[in-house]
Amino acid sequence: MNEVTLIFGMFLATFSVRYLLFAVAGRVHFPPWLNTALGFVPPAVLTAIVLPAVLMPNGELWPSLANPWLLAALVAAAVALVRRDLLTTILVGMATFMLLRFGFGL
Amino acid sequence: MTTTDYPLAERRRQEFVAGARATIPLIVGAIPFGILFGTLAEPSGLSALGALAMSLIVFAGASQFIALGLLTAGAAMPVIIATTLVVNLRHMLYAANLVPKIRHLPQRWRIPMAFGLTDETFAAVSNRYLQQEDSRELHWFYLGSFLAMYSNWVLCTALGVGLGKMFPDMTRWGLDFAMSVTFIGMVVPYLRNTPMWAAVIVSGAMAIATAGMPHKLGLMVAAICGIAAGLSLHLLKRRGEMTKHEQPAVKHGEETGG
Repeated sequence: MNEVTLIFGMFLATFSVRYLLFAVAGRVHFPPWLNTALGFVPPAVLTAIVLPAVLMPNGELWPSLANPWLLAALVAAAVALVRRDLLTTILVGMATFMLLRFGFGL
Repeated sequence: MTTTDYPLAERRRQEFVAGARATIPLIVGAIPFGILFGTLAEPSGLSALGALAMSLIVFAGASQFIALGLLTAGAAMPVIIATTLVVNLRHMLYAANLVPKIRHLPQRWRIPMAFGLTDETFAAVSNRYLQQEDSRELHWFYLGSFLAMYSNWVLCTALGVGLGKMFPDMTRWGLDFAMSVTFIGMVVPYLRNTPMWAAVIVSGAMAIATAGMPHKLGLMVAAICGIAAGLSLHLLKRRGEMTKHEQPAVKHGEETGG
């Protein structure tokens, strides 16, 4: 496969999606309800990425505390709720995951 | 340069540095992810140079991983490019969210900002916009966040390509969990009211329900359902408040478009 064409194609697909609304930003004004709706975008999108990743790490639903992805995610969420500090959340979450996975061999 | 330029230049420099600094935690989460991309490239059939070029030119973490998966599966090039487009549709939601903040900027700013519109920079920047009323110089904050994220992504890809040659089994270490844990840390601060909880719960449940859809389309379906749930609850709560006070609570003219 021609890597140059592949990368250029992927660039166009990525950049056009990101730039389209920026390009016309001076001319579009959203109705107020749409602005409210867009405020829900970050948590909705991020949750839709994370939940399948931790509940279905191998492609099948695994809702058990023996699932290290899920258990470490719950620990990270608890840390985030208490501390509200991103760096602590990431470090504790990763440490928990590594410990479960390689310390206890889950 | 007049005397009034100096404080402005200083303000811009401060915003730039603040943007880069606010992105550091997100970079910590992205490091394992970038390294993993580099290590996976060659086993998936993408050359070392191709992996670096992809990080430099495409700069879209999730799409780059999916492209590797599709390359391994032997997918045709149009399929990979179309999938990239679909996976990146969420960035259009991000762009829509930022439109009111970038309206005053010329295209020479909007183009690099669009190129740098990742999950992480969007999170850092929208957090800043929430905290600060005056957003005229915040594009410097954006630039700081974008360049910190970008240089880290390219460096980690290079590091991963090198490490992948040394430790071929690195791909099974679970480094991809770093992205999940970063996103969890990004979502939790939003959970301050019922509509936000509703958006997150509906979106998460729908993401599981639609996980079988091709090309990660379920991601968009789930996000839109979550947004709809949050918006409905927000509007219902508002209506409830209005009837309680027996008078229309028109704030900033927000009710006019509903």
